[in-house]
Amino acid sequence: MELIIFLITAAVAVAGAVAMLLSLNAIHSAIFLLINFVAISVLYVLLYAPFLFAIQLIVYAGAIMVLFLFVVMLLGAERAEDTRERFVWQRPLGLTLSAILLGLIGYIALRGPAPEARVTNHQFAAPERIAEALFTTYLLPFEITAFLLLAAIVGVVVLHTSGSQAGKRE
Amino acid sequence: MLANYAFIGVFFIGAIIFPLVPLVAAYLLGPKRPTPIKLDTYECGLEAVGDIRVQFKIQYYLYALAFVIFDIEVVFLYPWAAAYGQVGLFALIAMAIFLVILVGGLVYEWKKGALEWV
Amino acid sequence: MTWIDLVILVVKCIVLSLAATAVFAYFTLFERRTLARLQNRMGPNRAGPGGLLQPLADAVKLFFKEDVTPLMADRWVYLVSPTFALIPAIIIWATIPVGMWPDGQGGNWLQLAEINVGVLYLLAVMSVGVYGITVAGWASNNKYSMLGGIRASAQVISYELALGLTVLGAVMQAQSFSTAVIVERQAQMWNIVPQFLGFVVFIIAATAEVVRAPFDLVEAEQELVGGYNTEYSSMKFALFFMSEYVKLVAMNAIAVTLFLGGWQFPGLQTLTLFVTQQYGAAVGNAVLGLTSLGAFLLKVLALSFVSVWIRATLPRVRYDQLMNLGWKVLLPLSLINVAITAVLNVLLPDAPTLTAIISLVVGVIILAVTANVGRPGKEKRTVKLVEIGL
Repeated sequence: MELIIFLITAAVAVAGAVAMLLSLNAIHSAIFLLINFVAISVLYVLLYAPFLFAIQLIVYAGAIMVLFLFVVMLLGAERAEDTRERFVWQRPLGLTLSAILLGLIGYIALRGPAPEARVTNHQFAAPERIAEALFTTYLLPFEITAFLLLAAIVGVVVLHTSGSQAGKRE
Repeated sequence: MLANYAFIGVFFIGAIIFPLVPLVAAYLLGPKRPTPIKLDTYECGLEAVGDIRVQFKIQYYLYALAFVIFDIEVVFLYPWAAAYGQVGLFALIAMAIFLVILVGGLVYEWKKGALEWV
Repeated sequence: MTWIDLVILVVKCIVLSLAATAVFAYFTLFERRTLARLQNRMGPNRAGPGGLLQPLADAVKLFFKEDVTPLMADRWVYLVSPTFALIPAIIIWATIPVGMWPDGQGGNWLQLAEINVGVLYLLAVMSVGVYGITVAGWASNNKYSMLGGIRASAQVISYELALGLTVLGAVMQAQSFSTAVIVERQAQMWNIVPQFLGFVVFIIAATAEVVRAPFDLVEAEQELVGGYNTEYSSMKFALFFMSEYVKLVAMNAIAVTLFLGGWQFPGLQTLTLFVTQQYGAAVGNAVLGLTSLGAFLLKVLALSFVSVWIRATLPRVRYDQLMNLGWKVLLPLSLINVAITAVLNVLLPDAPTLTAIISLVVGVIILAVTANVGRPGKEKRTVKLVEIGL
């Protein structure tokens, strides 16, 4: 049963990703990406990580997608009319990197799952467990994240001050 | 444990089918008499001038950026809120440091006028 | 999962979806009648006794309207966006416990799915709820629609932070993300007492989140005609309308669940215990189920009245006021609320009554101060008399 659901969801996720890459209209791409995000959140549920399921939806489908949509809509750049390639090295490099990634995934799939990778305790990713890990083992990375976010805020302010002269249109 | 998520999954599929029924019914029942003027863009009876693909105000984008940043901050608060009774005073202090840094960011943004709708 | 379970599940889903439709239909009637009374009018009272068949008449009319797809529209996106808008509005009901009818195996007939991240599920569904509107605005290829759609997403994200943080207050009170646990923990005292500040901020943010008056800039008639749904007609328009109202009622239901004790009411346990002893467990469960469902619906109805009341009372805000309220008032207030809750509950974990009273008093003071500082017209209005010269 779980395998069937996994296969369907994975197929939806891959189809969404491929459709996102192939569609010429950026808004269509965004919608396909949204479908992909939702499918991936379902995969988290199947991995017994309900917290990540919710976070995937809140952060990626809820926040990052808005940003994408805004960039596309505000620039009026949804039609990919300009299909000339700006960087000639981009396509070969991308193909090489994805070939390497596929090879790695294939190798891992052929090797079979590591024995310690099996889920024994289904509560391992409950919010309480994550909090415990966050405030003991990963306390320093957690606090450093605050500084990273602070840097991002400073970036927003910089964009604001440099954009406020140009941004008088609605 | 996954059974409850399966309920949500079935409900989700149902929710996809659910709006299709009235859409199809309206398609079958409603009249279809299109005229070029009816199918035109509605701008209060005036001729539509120009394209909608204009540049919008950059402010919308800046709010979205700020939203993403603070949303991630809130996401860090979630696991803590479920467990702060168990992880205790130490976690409260750790979270306080985290929040003070980010509230500092919010105050900075506020003072610099980045939250101002101009 | 056996076939019987699956059939029960499908029946549950259908009942919940139909209930959402019925709630939508009668909420529109309730709103129109109440709004009319508040404005000293009668409201629709012709179709059926007291206008009770009015929603049905509206639906039939909409079915027979022509479904116009503008030539300039992006056909596929135009077609799917009403569905996009409606799906979140419906599936958000999955984890809300609308009552307590024990099924004898530790479950609850009146809650579709009990998951340990129930509240996060609600927030997640809310956060994807705006795309239907945004994408509809884009697909219509109309300037009004486009502006409405963009305004909608900027507004919704601005209030989502405050919403998420106030929900956090209720979560901290129960130390659980499970909606069922949150409701159970409110047996002694509803969360509105220790979370008064959170409740007020939640109601305001929720009103903005479902883009309703006074925050309905998305469809401000005077500037944007119909806003994002200007180009929509027939059933597609009805689906947008429905998603808006189902979302509003869902928000009220969430507010009831998180802050107003959910399906609990004083004396419920005594009543159930009495009936169970007198007539057996089955009758006891049935009485518990029906009374708790009734209590829940009554509370939602009360909050729905407040929504209509707000709409009738307050004029629409300006866009800069909207953004200021979200970022400079509600976000700091909700952060303060989280801080107060955390400090009080960590320092005084064994005195719930004391912490509740302290946070109630502090919350009221903070709200009063905020309302006084932010009152419009507080800045001195000096009228300059300018000599125009004759």
